[in-house]
Amino acid sequence: MSYTPYRLPVVSRIKSESLISMLKRGLRSDQRDLVSPRNITIEVGVIEKANGSALVKLGKTQVMVGVKIEPGRPFPDTPDEGVLQVNSELVPMASPVFEPGPPDENAIELARVIDRSLRDPKAIDLKSLVIRPGEKAWVLWVDVYVLDYDGNYFDASMLGVMAALMNTKLPEYEETESGELIVHRDKLATPLKLNKRVVLVTTAKIGDYIVVDPNLDEELIADARLILAFDEEGNIVGAQKSSIGGYTRSELSRAIEVSRKASQIYFKLLDQALQLGKQAG
Amino acid sequence: MSRVKQRPERFIDEMGRRLDGRLPDEMRPVDIKVGVLSNADGSALVSYGKTKVIAAVYGPREPPQRFAILPDRASLFVRYHMAPFSTEERKSPVPTRREIELSKVVREALEPVVLSELFPRTAIEVYIEVLQSDGGTRTASVTAASAALADAGIPMKGLVAGVAVGKVDGVVVLDINELEDNFGDADMPVAAAPDLGLITLFQLNGVMTVEEMQRGIDMALKVISDIVEKEKEALKGSIEVEAE
Amino acid sequence: MSSEKPQAPRKYLLAPGEVVEGLSENKGIYVFDYGGVKRATVLGLVEASQEEANYIPLKGFYFPREGDIVIGLVTSHGAANWFLDINSPYMGVLSVQDFFGVKQGGRVPDDPFSYLKIGDYVKAKIVAFDRTRDPVLTVQDKGLGRVVEGTVVTVKPVKVPRVIGKKGSMLEILRSSTGCDFFVAVNGRIHITCPNELLQEIAIMAIRMIEEQSHLAGLTRRIKEFIEEERKVRGV
Repeated sequence: MSYTPYRLPVVSRIKSESLISMLKRGLRSDQRDLVSPRNITIEVGVIEKANGSALVKLGKTQVMVGVKIEPGRPFPDTPDEGVLQVNSELVPMASPVFEPGPPDENAIELARVIDRSLRDPKAIDLKSLVIRPGEKAWVLWVDVYVLDYDGNYFDASMLGVMAALMNTKLPEYEETESGELIVHRDKLATPLKLNKRVVLVTTAKIGDYIVVDPNLDEELIADARLILAFDEEGNIVGAQKSSIGGYTRSELSRAIEVSRKASQIYFKLLDQALQLGKQAG
Repeated sequence: MSRVKQRPERFIDEMGRRLDGRLPDEMRPVDIKVGVLSNADGSALVSYGKTKVIAAVYGPREPPQRFAILPDRASLFVRYHMAPFSTEERKSPVPTRREIELSKVVREALEPVVLSELFPRTAIEVYIEVLQSDGGTRTASVTAASAALADAGIPMKGLVAGVAVGKVDGVVVLDINELEDNFGDADMPVAAAPDLGLITLFQLNGVMTVEEMQRGIDMALKVISDIVEKEKEALKGSIEVEAE
Repeated sequence: MSSEKPQAPRKYLLAPGEVVEGLSENKGIYVFDYGGVKRATVLGLVEASQEEANYIPLKGFYFPREGDIVIGLVTSHGAANWFLDINSPYMGVLSVQDFFGVKQGGRVPDDPFSYLKIGDYVKAKIVAFDRTRDPVLTVQDKGLGRVVEGTVVTVKPVKVPRVIGKKGSMLEILRSSTGCDFFVAVNGRIHITCPNELLQEIAIMAIRMIEEQSHLAGLTRRIKEFIEEERKVRGV
């Protein structure tokens, strides 16, 4: 059962008025313009035991993504494909308002939006993960851990997932005569095959203004929030209006346009961050 | 042993008709009845073709969970759930991650229209059961919930209704059924309050160009107005006007 | 229908979100101003004549107002209060101090909760109700207090005007035809006191009939006929 959120932090009237008056001047509290995301840093390979991993910082929001590949069975309706499983946790350390317990509707929503945005455009080449059709295939466990929440864990998480996947290697394995699989977890061989890259772009509607990559204060005063997934050609590969507000037809058009432009910025920033990550590590 | 559905060869034939004979911009027959349950404060039974959904509303009343009380408005509690016999293969009644996400999405589709500020410290509960699933269950659920809320006399700024837009064989189609949903290229559920010009539910599963999305949104908004008219007819029809 | 008016008022139904024009009085929660346009918030009936329009909500519940006299059902109590179901989204609160008239010089006995028990009905007035707390009730007024005789019937609050009728006409028929006493509280609770049980049964049936047929023509006449017929059949 879903219920109206009751434990959200209160934004003081003074702060919300000052945020809105800054928006009128085309500025936000961290001196950004309305269409720019925050600073992004990405470290890959932060968890050696995982097949792939990344730590993303989008402003002060921090998300860690770990990818583990385990042997398993393909789904009956896709016998020639590997299996993608995305899970996410909004852990209590990340925010005073996250509670301990199994993933709540927000964590589930995050995982499912990421999953759909990878699955629908076939971003991951799942066919390359099959070992024996109908019987054996790799299961790709993607675990998204939001560690520090200052707004917009959607975009940060997807950047982390992309970076981790781009950095994921399948383990070496042998098949015995009896058909058993012996996995050499410490010998990581083939890189995971990706067909496409996808980013999530979140925009918040605050009065008449649409802002890209809202920080926590902006999320708390926003009337509505839209998350759009884009591939590099500008196709929309996922959408989720999340939050209790609504959009008029023209507001929705505007948000789509603004998000599309921002997706190109995100792809560029993703490349830059990965480059820097490679140089550093 | 699970029964696996086969992907249709084609979704649209040479005459431009879909698998069930409809044209791309054609809806399935929509039926709305209100006041179908005697205990609930409000209720509605809605079908879009074979998709059948029932919604019941209780409230405003004391919240079932005291921790969720809000001092300045009513809390909306929404449960979207699929009955075990509603799907092709029997589904376990235990709520799945999908039902948890859709409960949130449906609640967020209703929040903008319910005048919850009028009833602080109370709960308005909406219980939705999908009785038969043939595509578009969450949008039919929003329609049923809206009619049930109005049937309960809960003050609303306007009624909402929804429809799922899809894409098959490269063509944008309206009100997808289960086959088109499972094997098509996109599923874009939309819900809106036409009297207020407000879109309250919007998602995309699949791949679309920006132009296809914009076209799909316009197609959806047109039929949503018609569905809301049906809600109004059902509500007005439930009252016989004093003739004297 | 009176033939004195030059033009009969138009009657039509409005659904939530539809525009209401030319209202003569403030309808509170039933009308919402959205972008300068007034819209109905619940299903209602509009009676519009040339000069003015009246909007009557047809669906809804009892929303407490200060000054209303309600009949509440005691469902629980705390250390110093009884909590009453007043057929509304909110519980009514009746303090022990008020029940025993402490302000007026009364005294609280040792076992206050034996004087008003769970399951009892109470006629009370709402003295305070705002957004921050549940309605506060008092019984310190004429005719208020625990209901000791007769029975209480609950109808949907929106049906109350029909039970009373235009200028009290339905209520008058009920009283004169049954010989019973009726107190219709605005929260949909009706206190009925009858000379005997058979008449009480007939009175309850009549009220249920009004509730079910509230929007059909000629109801007042049919209720009168129904009661007379029932009295004949039952020999009372």
